[in-house]
Amino acid sequence: MRAMKLFGALAALLLVVACESTPEDMGGASGAGGALQPTTEIIVDETVTYAPGSQEELTALYGDRVFFGTDQSDLQADARATLEGWSQWLRQYPSATLTVEGHCDERGTREYNLALGERRASAAKNYLVALGINPNRIATISYGKERPAVLGSNEFAWAQNRRGVAAVN
Amino acid sequence: MTIRSATVAILAGLALVLLASALPARAELRVPITEGQLEPLPIAIMNFEASGTPELTELGNKIAEIVRQDLERSGLFKPIDPRAFIETSVAFDNNPRFGDWRLVNAQALVVGRVDAQPNGEISVQFRLWDVFAEEHMTAKKFNGVPDAWRRMAHKVADTVYHRITGEEGYFDTRVVYIAESGPADRREKRLAIMDQDSANHRFLTDGADLVLTPRFSPTAQEITYLSYLDRKRPRVYLYNIDTGQQEVLGEFDGMTFAPRFAPSGNRVVMSLASSGNTEIYTMDLRTRRVARLTNHPAIDTHPSYSPDGSQIVFESDRGGAQQLYVMNGDGSDVRRISFGEGRYATPVWSPRGDLIAFTKLHKGRFFIGAMKPDGSGERLLTSDFLVEGPTWAPNGRVLMFYRQTPSDKQGSGGHTNLFSIDLTGYNERQIPTPVDGSDPAWSPLLLQ
Repeated sequence: MRAMKLFGALAALLLVVACESTPEDMGGASGAGGALQPTTEIIVDETVTYAPGSQEELTALYGDRVFFGTDQSDLQADARATLEGWSQWLRQYPSATLTVEGHCDERGTREYNLALGERRASAAKNYLVALGINPNRIATISYGKERPAVLGSNEFAWAQNRRGVAAVN
Repeated sequence: MTIRSATVAILAGLALVLLASALPARAELRVPITEGQLEPLPIAIMNFEASGTPELTELGNKIAEIVRQDLERSGLFKPIDPRAFIETSVAFDNNPRFGDWRLVNAQALVVGRVDAQPNGEISVQFRLWDVFAEEHMTAKKFNGVPDAWRRMAHKVADTVYHRITGEEGYFDTRVVYIAESGPADRREKRLAIMDQDSANHRFLTDGADLVLTPRFSPTAQEITYLSYLDRKRPRVYLYNIDTGQQEVLGEFDGMTFAPRFAPSGNRVVMSLASSGNTEIYTMDLRTRRVARLTNHPAIDTHPSYSPDGSQIVFESDRGGAQQLYVMNGDGSDVRRISFGEGRYATPVWSPRGDLIAFTKLHKGRFFIGAMKPDGSGERLLTSDFLVEGPTWAPNGRVLMFYRQTPSDKQGSGGHTNLFSIDLTGYNERQIPTPVDGSDPAWSPLLLQ
């Protein structure tokens, strides 16, 4: 989860930097030596190519997923921050619609997890609606434990799989 | 065997005079199957004799082998290797030489024959002998199309099982389940059906749509299940085994799932999840009228009727975590029945009515267990990293479930397989499937 957050924050930071500086400047500004520079350039290039209102853009700007605790569907602070980003994005593209997918880890029973995934997707949707987004623009679907994002039977994979994912329609 | 041939009625009847006297002098041959692990009963099953073509002789051998395999898998019988037999041929209407059978330690003996009928059907008949009492226990004859020979063999095994254990058999049954293949993050799942001994396996869907949790109708002619058909929101469907047609069950503003037939077959009970809340509903299959049974902000799901249809067991997290509850068929009088440590899920009422099977989650492990409908008498039958989804054999003495192995970061492992286990917790057996399998549902005894 932390890795995803860091990536999202880094991408957002780099986007800001990219608007204000050239790649040549960034190498010096980072102070991290030559290793970072090629990576930076690739991310900047990709950001530039994102179509406005696309899935890729939403993912790059705000991250495409929020995470949940074991058997939980309440939204933690970092999840709320991500959802606030989604709401900004939805305001920026008034014709865009999202489907929020609710997912669970493999450590529950199948049908309960379908219900829990639905509950997670609905929690995300409800927060977006509370932020002023028209509920008709947010669909939900639950995949229960059927579509893990990360393979493996370990705590890291399970934490990554307890998620709500924004799919741009 | 095709579905069509299976639906051709097999005429079962008592064709032969029962020779046994009303009250044998010694205690009758009997296996009490409720008393934990037992030494399996040694039984001799002779090849069924046939007069006529070599094909018919071969069929007689195959039928006897199916009977041996069924009885062996039950864990209650130990079929004796036919190569040990001293008496190698018994005329069907004669008494066997009991002394010869005692010498090979057979306690029971099955003698059978197969005959071609003028109308193209075959008849399969057998006698069951109590070797030590030297008594005739039962005899039966089945007629059917030649393609139905396996079913006739299963019916022979069911009759022997019933006569010796006092319980109904469960061999002339089928299993519907989810056949799985591919990596976990894009697992392909197909509806599949097979006989309880894994024979006559058939895929019912092609894997294009994610399908889950199939369950039989009381006639075993229909299946209700969950499908993400056309990649849409998951909904409950009906599948007709004879026609191959599938039909969505109602239009709801939400996800329908966790379907199960009522014992009458007239209704399906299921969950509807909408706006983060999951409730239990029934739908009348003729009028399509829907009735809501639960009304609680918690998750209420996995409903299963008592065999008389008067009550429903389900799971709910209304108390903070998954637990089992029983309510009346109209949703009234909800009471919690599970109070042990951990979470309780996937309750299924036994066809006998005496027990409720469940999945339990406790301290990172999964268990399959059973308890009485009032919540007392909990017993755990098996445990592992992940075992889930018990389903009852029609006699309420055997459960089937699935087991998933852990996977590593590369996605290796994570295999799912079907298993059966006796209510005693003994005799756990893997049910072979061509690919991985989960979500088994055991059919009732087949009628047609």
